[in-house]
Amino acid sequence: MEQSFAISVAHLRKIFGTFAAVDDISFQVEAGEIFAFLGPNGAGKSTTIKMLTTLLTPSSGRISINGYDPMTQQDNVRKSFGIVFQDPSLDDELTAYENMEFHGVLYGLDVQLRKARIKELMTIVSLWDRKDSLVKTFSGGMKRRLEIARGLLHHPKVFFLDEPTIGLDPQTRNQMWEYVKELNRKEHITVFFTTHYMEEAEKIANHIAIIDHGKIIAQGTAKELEIQTKTTSLEDAFLALTGSAIREEQASALDQLRKRHAMHRR
Amino acid sequence: MSTIYILWLRQLKRYLRSTPRLIGSLGQPILFLVALGFGLGPVFQKAGQGNYLSFLAPGVIAQSILFTSVFNGIELIWDRQFGFLKETLVAPVSRFNIMLGRVLGGATIAMLQGTIVFFLSLLIGFRPSHLSLLPLTFVTMFCIALLFTALGTAIASSIDDFHGFQLITNFLVMPLFFLSGALFPLNNLPPFMEIITRIDPLTYGVDALRGTLIGASHFGIGFDISFLALFALFLCGVGAYLFSKVQV
Repeated sequence: MEQSFAISVAHLRKIFGTFAAVDDISFQVEAGEIFAFLGPNGAGKSTTIKMLTTLLTPSSGRISINGYDPMTQQDNVRKSFGIVFQDPSLDDELTAYENMEFHGVLYGLDVQLRKARIKELMTIVSLWDRKDSLVKTFSGGMKRRLEIARGLLHHPKVFFLDEPTIGLDPQTRNQMWEYVKELNRKEHITVFFTTHYMEEAEKIANHIAIIDHGKIIAQGTAKELEIQTKTTSLEDAFLALTGSAIREEQASALDQLRKRHAMHRR
Repeated sequence: MSTIYILWLRQLKRYLRSTPRLIGSLGQPILFLVALGFGLGPVFQKAGQGNYLSFLAPGVIAQSILFTSVFNGIELIWDRQFGFLKETLVAPVSRFNIMLGRVLGGATIAMLQGTIVFFLSLLIGFRPSHLSLLPLTFVTMFCIALLFTALGTAIASSIDDFHGFQLITNFLVMPLFFLSGALFPLNNLPPFMEIITRIDPLTYGVDALRGTLIGASHFGIGFDISFLALFALFLCGVGAYLFSKVQV
Protein backbone atom coordinates (compact mmCIF):
# COMPACT_ATOMS: atom_id res chain seq x y z
CA MET A 1 0.00 0.00 0.00
CA GLU A 2 2.68 2.40 1.17
CA GLN A 3 4.83 1.52 -1.85
CA SER A 4 2.41 2.92 -4.41
CA PHE A 5 3.03 6.38 -3.02
CA ALA A 6 6.20 8.19 -4.02
CA ILE A 7 5.69 10.67 -1.20
CA SER A 8 3.57 10.10 1.84
CA VAL A 9 3.25 12.65 4.64
CA ALA A 10 1.26 12.20 7.82
CA HIS A 11 0.62 14.79 10.53
CA LEU A 12 3.82 16.63 9.68
CA ARG A 13 4.63 19.58 11.89
CA LYS A 14 7.52 22.02 12.14
CA ILE A 15 7.62 24.53 14.95
CA PHE A 16 10.13 27.37 15.19
CA GLY A 17 9.93 28.70 18.74
CA THR A 18 6.22 29.32 19.15
CA PHE A 19 5.49 29.65 15.44
CA ALA A 20 4.14 26.63 13.59
CA ALA A 21 5.56 26.98 10.07
CA VAL A 22 4.00 23.65 9.10
CA ASP A 23 1.04 22.63 11.19
CA ASP A 24 -0.15 19.04 11.00
CA ILE A 25 -0.24 18.44 7.25
CA SER A 26 -0.97 15.13 5.56
CA PHE A 27 -0.91 14.29 1.87
CA GLN A 28 0.12 11.61 -0.58
CA VAL A 29 1.70 11.75 -4.00
CA GLU A 30 1.25 8.72 -6.20
CA ALA A 31 4.26 7.27 -7.97
CA GLY A 32 4.49 8.64 -11.50
CA GLU A 33 2.26 11.65 -11.07
CA ILE A 34 2.94 15.37 -11.26
CA PHE A 35 1.98 17.11 -8.06
CA ALA A 36 1.77 20.86 -7.50
CA PHE A 37 2.22 22.29 -4.02
CA LEU A 38 0.82 25.80 -4.00
CA GLY A 39 0.53 28.53 -1.44
CA PRO A 40 1.17 32.23 -0.82
CA ASN A 41 4.59 33.42 0.35
CA GLY A 42 5.42 32.22 3.81
CA ALA A 43 2.69 29.56 3.79
CA GLY A 44 5.10 26.74 4.63
CA LYS A 45 6.04 25.42 1.18
CA SER A 46 9.79 25.74 1.51
CA THR A 47 9.81 24.42 5.07
CA THR A 48 7.88 21.36 3.87
CA ILE A 49 10.29 20.77 0.98
CA LYS A 50 13.24 21.09 3.33
CA MET A 51 11.75 18.41 5.58
CA LEU A 52 11.01 16.13 2.62
CA THR A 53 14.58 16.50 1.37
CA THR A 54 16.38 15.83 4.69
CA LEU A 55 17.53 19.43 5.14
CA LEU A 56 15.30 20.05 8.14
CA THR A 57 14.18 17.79 10.98
CA PRO A 58 10.40 17.72 11.54
CA SER A 59 9.07 18.57 15.00
CA SER A 60 6.66 15.66 14.65
CA GLY A 61 4.86 13.57 12.07
CA ARG A 62 5.86 10.96 9.53
CA ILE A 63 7.37 11.21 6.05
CA SER A 64 8.05 8.51 3.51
CA ILE A 65 9.94 9.22 0.27
CA ASN A 66 10.07 6.30 -2.16
CA GLY A 67 9.32 4.08 0.84
CA TYR A 68 12.14 5.46 2.99
CA ASP A 69 12.08 7.59 6.11
CA PRO A 70 14.18 10.80 5.89
CA MET A 71 14.93 10.59 9.60
CA THR A 72 16.29 7.08 9.77
CA GLN A 73 17.19 6.21 6.16
CA GLN A 74 18.70 9.48 5.13
CA ASP A 75 21.02 8.23 2.40
CA ASN A 76 18.34 6.06 0.79
CA VAL A 77 16.04 9.06 0.71
CA ARG A 78 18.78 11.25 -0.71
CA LYS A 79 19.49 8.80 -3.51
CA SER A 80 15.78 8.65 -4.29
CA PHE A 81 15.23 12.28 -5.10
CA GLY A 82 16.66 15.03 -7.28
CA ILE A 83 16.01 18.66 -6.60
CA VAL A 84 16.10 22.05 -8.25
CA PHE A 85 16.20 24.63 -5.49
CA GLN A 86 14.42 27.95 -5.55
CA ASP A 87 17.71 29.88 -5.53
CA PRO A 88 20.55 28.86 -7.83
CA SER A 89 22.87 26.31 -6.26
CA LEU A 90 25.63 25.91 -8.84
CA ASP A 91 29.28 26.73 -8.32
CA ASP A 92 29.82 29.74 -10.58
CA GLU A 93 33.58 29.32 -10.59
CA LEU A 94 33.38 25.82 -12.04
CA THR A 95 32.46 24.87 -15.59
CA ALA A 96 29.09 23.35 -16.41
CA TYR A 97 30.74 19.97 -16.86
CA GLU A 98 32.57 20.21 -13.54
CA ASN A 99 29.32 20.99 -11.74
CA MET A 100 27.82 17.85 -13.22
CA GLU A 101 30.89 15.82 -12.39
CA PHE A 102 30.87 17.04 -8.79
CA HIS A 103 27.29 15.84 -8.45
CA GLY A 104 28.07 12.49 -10.07
CA VAL A 105 30.94 11.83 -7.69
CA LEU A 106 28.89 12.77 -4.63
CA TYR A 107 26.17 10.34 -5.75
CA GLY A 108 28.71 7.59 -6.26
CA LEU A 109 28.32 7.07 -10.01
CA ASP A 110 31.30 5.29 -11.50
CA VAL A 111 33.37 7.04 -14.16
CA GLN A 112 31.91 5.35 -17.26
CA LEU A 113 28.31 5.78 -16.25
CA ARG A 114 28.95 9.32 -15.10
CA LYS A 115 30.51 10.40 -18.37
CA ALA A 116 27.79 8.82 -20.45
CA ARG A 117 24.96 10.30 -18.43
CA ILE A 118 26.48 13.76 -18.23
CA LYS A 119 26.77 13.86 -22.01
CA GLU A 120 23.26 12.55 -22.49
CA LEU A 121 21.64 14.99 -20.07
CA MET A 122 23.63 18.02 -21.14
CA THR A 123 22.71 17.30 -24.73
CA ILE A 124 19.03 17.09 -23.81
CA VAL A 125 19.10 20.51 -22.11
CA SER A 126 21.16 21.87 -25.06
CA LEU A 127 24.22 22.75 -23.03
CA TRP A 128 26.68 20.17 -24.31
CA ASP A 129 28.44 22.66 -26.58
CA ARG A 130 28.90 24.95 -23.59
CA LYS A 131 30.14 22.27 -21.23
CA ASP A 132 33.54 23.88 -20.67
CA SER A 133 32.23 27.38 -20.00
CA LEU A 134 32.28 28.69 -16.47
CA VAL A 135 28.78 28.77 -15.02
CA LYS A 136 29.15 32.46 -14.15
CA THR A 137 28.96 33.23 -17.88
CA PHE A 138 25.53 31.54 -18.13
CA SER A 139 22.15 33.26 -18.30
CA GLY A 140 19.45 32.51 -15.73
CA GLY A 141 17.72 30.13 -18.13
CA MET A 142 20.90 28.21 -18.89
CA LYS A 143 21.65 27.85 -15.19
CA ARG A 144 18.17 26.47 -14.59
CA ARG A 145 18.57 23.94 -17.40
CA LEU A 146 21.90 22.87 -16.01
CA GLU A 147 20.36 22.45 -12.56
CA ILE A 148 17.62 20.28 -14.01
CA ALA A 149 20.17 18.13 -15.80
CA ARG A 150 22.21 17.88 -12.64
CA GLY A 151 19.20 16.94 -10.51
CA LEU A 152 18.48 14.03 -12.85
CA LEU A 153 22.03 12.73 -13.14
CA HIS A 154 21.59 10.00 -10.53
CA HIS A 155 18.20 8.93 -12.00
CA PRO A 156 16.03 9.88 -9.04
CA LYS A 157 12.55 8.43 -8.53
CA VAL A 158 11.19 11.73 -7.25
CA PHE A 159 12.05 15.14 -8.65
CA PHE A 160 11.49 18.25 -6.53
CA LEU A 161 11.24 21.58 -8.28
CA ASP A 162 10.95 24.57 -5.96
CA GLU A 163 9.66 27.49 -8.03
CA PRO A 164 11.72 26.35 -10.99
CA THR A 165 10.37 28.89 -13.47
CA ILE A 166 10.93 32.00 -11.40
CA GLY A 167 12.68 34.66 -13.47
CA LEU A 168 12.53 32.67 -16.71
CA ASP A 169 11.11 34.01 -19.96
CA PRO A 170 8.02 32.26 -21.41
CA GLN A 171 10.09 30.45 -24.05
CA THR A 172 12.42 28.88 -21.50
CA ARG A 173 9.51 28.18 -19.20
CA ASN A 174 7.57 26.28 -21.83
CA GLN A 175 10.60 24.37 -22.94
CA MET A 176 11.38 23.41 -19.35
CA TRP A 177 7.88 22.12 -18.67
CA GLU A 178 7.81 20.21 -21.94
CA TYR A 179 10.97 18.50 -20.87
CA VAL A 180 9.72 17.75 -17.37
CA LYS A 181 6.45 16.34 -18.73
CA GLU A 182 8.27 14.13 -21.17
CA LEU A 183 10.53 12.90 -18.43
CA ASN A 184 7.52 12.11 -16.30
CA ARG A 185 5.84 10.26 -19.16
CA LYS A 186 8.86 8.30 -20.35
CA GLU A 187 10.72 7.57 -17.13
CA HIS A 188 7.75 7.67 -14.74
CA ILE A 189 9.57 10.08 -12.49
CA THR A 190 7.30 11.56 -9.86
CA VAL A 191 7.40 15.34 -10.02
CA PHE A 192 6.67 17.54 -7.01
CA PHE A 193 6.78 21.26 -7.72
CA THR A 194 5.88 24.62 -6.29
CA THR A 195 5.04 27.71 -8.32
CA HIS A 196 3.29 31.02 -8.14
CA TYR A 197 2.09 30.72 -11.73
CA MET A 198 -1.35 29.15 -11.42
CA GLU A 199 -1.67 28.43 -15.11
CA GLU A 200 1.44 26.23 -14.88
CA ALA A 201 -0.10 24.17 -12.11
CA GLU A 202 -3.42 23.99 -13.95
CA LYS A 203 -1.78 22.79 -17.16
CA ILE A 204 0.78 20.40 -15.78
CA ALA A 205 -0.20 18.96 -12.42
CA ASN A 206 -2.38 15.86 -11.98
CA HIS A 207 -3.04 16.79 -8.38
CA ILE A 208 -2.72 19.98 -6.42
CA ALA A 209 -2.46 20.77 -2.72
CA ILE A 210 -2.85 24.31 -1.41
CA ILE A 211 -1.12 25.23 1.82
CA ASP A 212 -1.71 28.38 3.84
CA HIS A 213 -0.60 29.37 7.34
CA GLY A 214 1.08 25.98 7.65
CA LYS A 215 -2.08 23.98 6.94
CA ILE A 216 -3.30 22.26 3.82
CA ILE A 217 -6.57 23.96 3.03
CA ALA A 218 -7.54 22.14 -0.16
CA GLN A 219 -6.47 19.15 -2.24
CA GLY A 220 -7.56 17.68 -5.54
CA THR A 221 -7.36 18.16 -9.28
CA ALA A 222 -7.56 21.68 -10.70
CA LYS A 223 -11.14 20.93 -11.78
CA GLU A 224 -12.13 19.73 -8.32
CA LEU A 225 -10.71 22.85 -6.71
CA GLU A 226 -12.65 25.04 -9.14
CA ILE A 227 -15.87 23.18 -8.44
CA GLN A 228 -15.28 23.30 -4.71
CA THR A 229 -14.85 27.09 -4.81
CA LYS A 230 -17.41 27.69 -7.57
CA THR A 231 -14.82 29.45 -9.72
CA THR A 232 -13.72 28.98 -13.32
CA SER A 233 -9.94 29.04 -13.08
CA LEU A 234 -7.32 27.73 -10.68
CA GLU A 235 -6.14 31.28 -10.02
CA ASP A 236 -9.61 32.32 -8.87
CA ALA A 237 -9.93 29.15 -6.84
CA PHE A 238 -6.56 29.88 -5.22
CA LEU A 239 -7.58 33.44 -4.36
CA ALA A 240 -10.96 32.28 -3.06
CA LEU A 241 -9.18 29.83 -0.76
CA THR A 242 -6.29 31.97 0.45
CA GLY A 243 -7.82 35.48 0.31
CA SER A 244 -6.25 38.45 -1.40
CA ALA A 245 -4.18 39.95 1.43
CA ILE A 246 -0.49 40.25 0.57
CA ARG A 247 1.81 38.10 2.69
CA GLU A 248 5.02 39.07 4.36
CA GLU A 249 7.87 36.67 3.98
CA GLN A 250 11.23 36.65 5.56
CA ALA A 251 13.78 37.77 2.96
CA SER A 252 15.79 34.89 1.56
CA ALA A 253 19.56 34.93 1.87
CA LEU A 254 19.86 36.04 -1.72
CA ASP A 255 17.43 38.91 -1.26
CA GLN A 256 19.47 40.11 1.68
CA LEU A 257 22.59 39.92 -0.40
CA ARG A 258 21.06 41.93 -3.21
CA LYS A 259 19.96 44.55 -0.72
CA ARG A 260 23.44 44.76 0.72
CA HIS A 261 25.04 45.09 -2.71
CA ALA A 262 22.61 47.83 -3.56
CA MET A 263 23.52 49.61 -0.34
CA HIS A 264 27.23 49.39 -1.08
CA ARG A 265 26.77 50.77 -4.54
CA ARG A 266 25.09 53.86 -3.19
CA MET B 1 37.09 9.00 0.05
CA SER B 2 35.82 10.27 -3.31
CA THR B 3 33.67 12.84 -1.49
CA ILE B 4 36.70 14.24 0.30
CA TYR B 5 38.66 14.23 -2.94
CA ILE B 6 36.07 16.02 -5.06
CA LEU B 7 35.57 18.73 -2.42
CA TRP B 8 39.33 19.14 -2.10
CA LEU B 9 39.66 19.36 -5.88
CA ARG B 10 36.93 21.94 -6.10
CA GLN B 11 38.69 24.23 -3.60
CA LEU B 12 41.94 23.90 -5.52
CA LYS B 13 40.36 24.63 -8.88
CA ARG B 14 38.70 27.72 -7.53
CA TYR B 15 41.98 28.92 -6.09
CA LEU B 16 44.08 28.28 -9.19
CA ARG B 17 41.50 29.97 -11.39
CA SER B 18 41.34 33.23 -9.53
CA THR B 19 44.69 34.77 -10.43
CA PRO B 20 43.74 38.20 -9.03
CA ARG B 21 43.10 36.64 -5.65
CA LEU B 22 46.37 34.76 -5.80
CA ILE B 23 48.39 37.84 -6.68
CA GLY B 24 46.43 40.07 -4.32
CA SER B 25 47.09 37.82 -1.38
CA LEU B 26 50.83 37.96 -2.04
CA GLY B 27 50.92 41.75 -1.85
CA GLN B 28 50.71 41.91 1.92
CA PRO B 29 53.52 39.45 2.71
CA ILE B 30 55.83 41.16 0.23
CA LEU B 31 55.05 44.52 1.80
CA PHE B 32 55.83 43.17 5.27
CA LEU B 33 59.06 41.58 4.10
CA VAL B 34 60.33 44.63 2.27
CA ALA B 35 59.05 47.46 4.45
CA LEU B 36 59.67 45.86 7.83
CA GLY B 37 62.57 43.64 6.82
CA PHE B 38 64.62 46.45 5.38
CA GLY B 39 63.05 49.28 7.38
CA LEU B 40 63.57 47.83 10.83
CA GLY B 41 66.64 45.81 9.88
CA PRO B 42 69.26 48.39 11.00
CA VAL B 43 67.61 48.96 14.41
CA PHE B 44 67.30 45.23 15.00
CA GLN B 45 70.96 44.76 14.11
CA LYS B 46 72.03 47.58 16.44
CA ALA B 47 70.09 46.00 19.30
CA GLY B 48 72.30 42.98 18.85
CA GLN B 49 69.54 40.69 17.56
CA GLY B 50 71.11 39.86 14.20
CA ASN B 51 69.52 39.91 10.75
CA TYR B 52 65.88 41.04 10.94
CA LEU B 53 64.93 39.67 7.52
CA SER B 54 65.95 36.19 8.66
CA PHE B 55 63.97 36.67 11.81
CA LEU B 56 60.95 38.10 9.99
CA ALA B 57 60.64 35.73 7.02
CA PRO B 58 59.26 32.75 9.04
CA GLY B 59 56.79 35.13 10.67
CA VAL B 60 55.56 36.42 7.33
CA ILE B 61 55.25 32.88 5.95
CA ALA B 62 53.09 32.06 8.98
CA GLN B 63 51.08 35.23 8.39
CA SER B 64 50.29 34.35 4.79
CA ILE B 65 49.18 30.87 5.84
CA LEU B 66 47.04 32.28 8.64
CA PHE B 67 45.23 34.75 6.39
CA THR B 68 44.68 32.30 3.55
CA SER B 69 43.46 29.49 5.75
CA VAL B 70 41.04 31.52 7.87
CA PHE B 71 39.67 33.06 4.69
CA ASN B 72 39.29 29.65 3.06
CA GLY B 73 37.42 28.35 6.06
CA ILE B 74 35.18 31.41 6.15
CA GLU B 75 34.42 30.90 2.46
CA LEU B 76 31.81 28.43 3.64
CA ILE B 77 29.56 31.45 4.27
CA TRP B 78 29.72 32.23 0.55
CA ASP B 79 28.70 28.69 -0.35
CA ARG B 80 25.83 29.00 2.02
CA GLN B 81 24.68 32.38 0.71
CA PHE B 82 25.01 31.39 -2.93
CA GLY B 83 23.22 28.12 -2.44
CA PHE B 84 25.97 25.69 -3.39
CA LEU B 85 26.09 24.28 0.12
CA LYS B 86 22.54 22.92 -0.28
CA GLU B 87 23.66 20.86 -3.24
CA THR B 88 26.26 19.13 -1.08
CA LEU B 89 23.99 18.75 1.94
CA VAL B 90 21.24 16.85 0.09
CA ALA B 91 23.76 14.42 -1.40
CA PRO B 92 23.99 10.91 0.08
CA VAL B 93 27.32 11.56 1.80
CA SER B 94 28.23 12.30 5.38
CA ARG B 95 28.63 15.85 6.54
CA PHE B 96 31.87 14.90 8.20
CA ASN B 97 33.41 13.99 4.85
CA ILE B 98 32.13 17.20 3.28
CA MET B 99 33.70 19.26 6.02
CA LEU B 100 36.93 17.25 5.89
CA GLY B 101 37.25 17.72 2.13
CA ARG B 102 36.70 21.43 2.47
CA VAL B 103 39.18 21.80 5.29
CA LEU B 104 41.86 19.75 3.53
CA GLY B 105 41.33 21.76 0.35
CA GLY B 106 41.61 25.06 2.21
CA ALA B 107 44.68 23.85 4.09
CA THR B 108 46.37 22.74 0.88
CA ILE B 109 45.81 26.14 -0.67
CA ALA B 110 47.14 27.92 2.41
CA MET B 111 50.20 25.72 2.32
CA LEU B 112 50.78 26.51 -1.35
CA GLN B 113 50.48 30.17 -0.48
CA GLY B 114 53.02 29.79 2.34
CA THR B 115 55.38 27.98 -0.02
CA ILE B 116 55.14 30.79 -2.56
CA VAL B 117 55.93 33.34 0.16
CA PHE B 118 58.87 31.18 1.24
CA PHE B 119 60.32 31.34 -2.28
CA LEU B 120 59.61 35.05 -2.53
CA SER B 121 61.51 35.62 0.70
CA LEU B 122 64.46 33.77 -0.84
CA LEU B 123 64.36 36.21 -3.74
CA ILE B 124 64.38 39.14 -1.36
CA GLY B 125 67.45 37.82 0.40
CA PHE B 126 66.30 35.43 3.12
CA ARG B 127 68.70 32.50 3.63
CA PRO B 128 67.51 29.55 5.75
CA SER B 129 70.34 28.11 7.78
CA HIS B 130 69.03 24.56 8.27
CA LEU B 131 68.08 23.09 4.89
CA SER B 132 68.02 19.59 6.39
CA LEU B 133 65.00 20.58 8.46
CA LEU B 134 63.03 21.75 5.43
CA PRO B 135 60.65 18.75 5.51
CA LEU B 136 59.74 19.75 9.06
CA THR B 137 59.13 23.28 7.82
CA PHE B 138 56.48 21.91 5.51
CA VAL B 139 54.97 19.75 8.23
CA THR B 140 54.68 22.89 10.35
CA MET B 141 53.15 24.81 7.49
CA PHE B 142 50.55 22.11 7.01
CA CYS B 143 49.68 22.05 10.72
CA ILE B 144 49.23 25.84 10.78
CA ALA B 145 47.11 25.67 7.63
CA LEU B 146 44.93 22.86 8.98
CA LEU B 147 44.46 24.54 12.35
CA PHE B 148 43.28 27.85 10.97
CA THR B 149 41.17 26.44 8.13
CA ALA B 150 39.36 24.38 10.73
CA LEU B 151 38.97 27.49 12.89
CA GLY B 152 37.58 29.46 9.93
CA THR B 153 35.17 26.64 9.11
CA ALA B 154 34.01 26.41 12.71
CA ILE B 155 33.34 30.15 12.77
CA ALA B 156 31.61 30.13 9.39
CA SER B 157 29.38 27.27 10.57
CA SER B 158 28.14 29.32 13.48
CA ILE B 159 27.45 32.66 11.78
CA ASP B 160 24.78 33.34 9.21
CA ASP B 161 26.02 36.11 6.97
CA PHE B 162 28.79 38.44 5.94
CA HIS B 163 28.25 40.89 8.80
CA GLY B 164 30.67 39.04 10.98
CA PHE B 165 33.39 39.02 8.37
CA GLN B 166 34.95 42.40 9.14
CA LEU B 167 34.74 41.56 12.80
CA ILE B 168 36.71 38.37 12.30
CA THR B 169 39.42 40.13 10.32
CA ASN B 170 39.85 42.90 12.87
CA PHE B 171 39.33 41.08 16.11
CA LEU B 172 40.66 37.64 15.33
CA VAL B 173 43.00 37.41 12.36
CA MET B 174 44.92 40.64 12.94
CA PRO B 175 45.47 40.04 16.68
CA LEU B 176 46.46 36.42 16.00
CA PHE B 177 49.13 37.72 13.65
CA PHE B 178 50.42 40.73 15.58
CA LEU B 179 50.50 38.93 18.93
CA SER B 180 52.23 35.80 17.66
CA GLY B 181 55.79 36.99 17.80
CA ALA B 182 55.88 37.01 14.02
CA LEU B 183 57.35 40.51 14.13
CA PHE B 184 59.22 40.58 17.46
CA PRO B 185 61.28 38.21 19.63
CA LEU B 186 59.53 36.48 22.53
CA ASN B 187 62.25 37.13 25.11
CA ASN B 188 62.03 39.92 27.67
CA LEU B 189 58.39 40.75 26.97
CA PRO B 190 56.31 42.55 29.62
CA PRO B 191 54.43 39.89 31.62
CA PHE B 192 50.98 40.57 30.13
CA MET B 193 52.40 40.30 26.61
CA GLU B 194 54.12 37.11 27.55
CA ILE B 195 50.80 35.62 28.58
CA ILE B 196 49.00 36.84 25.47
CA THR B 197 51.63 35.54 23.09
CA ARG B 198 51.49 32.15 24.74
CA ILE B 199 47.72 31.93 24.32
CA ASP B 200 47.97 32.72 20.61
CA PRO B 201 48.30 29.39 18.75
CA LEU B 202 50.08 31.07 15.85
CA THR B 203 52.98 31.78 18.25
CA TYR B 204 53.89 28.09 18.16
CA GLY B 205 53.61 28.03 14.37
CA VAL B 206 55.95 30.98 13.99
CA ASP B 207 58.28 29.46 16.54
CA ALA B 208 58.43 26.10 14.77
CA LEU B 209 59.07 27.79 11.42
CA ARG B 210 61.86 29.81 12.99
CA GLY B 211 63.25 26.68 14.58
CA THR B 212 63.29 24.71 11.35
CA LEU B 213 64.43 27.56 9.09
CA ILE B 214 66.94 29.53 11.13
CA GLY B 215 67.53 27.27 14.10
CA ALA B 216 66.09 29.68 16.65
CA SER B 217 63.15 28.14 18.46
CA HIS B 218 61.88 29.46 21.77
CA PHE B 219 59.81 26.47 22.90
CA GLY B 220 61.48 23.68 20.92
CA ILE B 221 60.33 22.34 17.55
CA GLY B 222 59.00 19.10 19.02
CA PHE B 223 56.71 20.89 21.45
CA ASP B 224 55.57 23.39 18.83
CA ILE B 225 54.62 20.81 16.23
CA SER B 226 52.91 18.49 18.71
CA PHE B 227 50.89 21.41 20.06
CA LEU B 228 49.90 22.57 16.57
CA ALA B 229 48.93 19.08 15.41
CA LEU B 230 46.84 18.35 18.51
CA PHE B 231 45.13 21.73 18.48
CA ALA B 232 44.45 21.38 14.74
CA LEU B 233 42.78 18.01 15.33
CA PHE B 234 40.77 19.45 18.19
CA LEU B 235 39.55 22.32 15.99
CA CYS B 236 38.69 19.89 13.18
CA GLY B 237 36.50 18.11 15.72
CA VAL B 238 34.85 21.35 16.80
CA GLY B 239 34.42 22.36 13.14
CA ALA B 240 32.87 19.01 12.27
CA TYR B 241 30.43 19.31 15.17
CA LEU B 242 29.38 22.86 14.30
CA PHE B 243 29.15 21.98 10.60
CA SER B 244 26.86 19.07 11.42
CA LYS B 245 24.46 21.62 12.97
CA VAL B 246 24.41 23.95 9.96
CA GLN B 247 20.95 24.54 8.53
CA VAL B 248 20.32 26.02 5.12
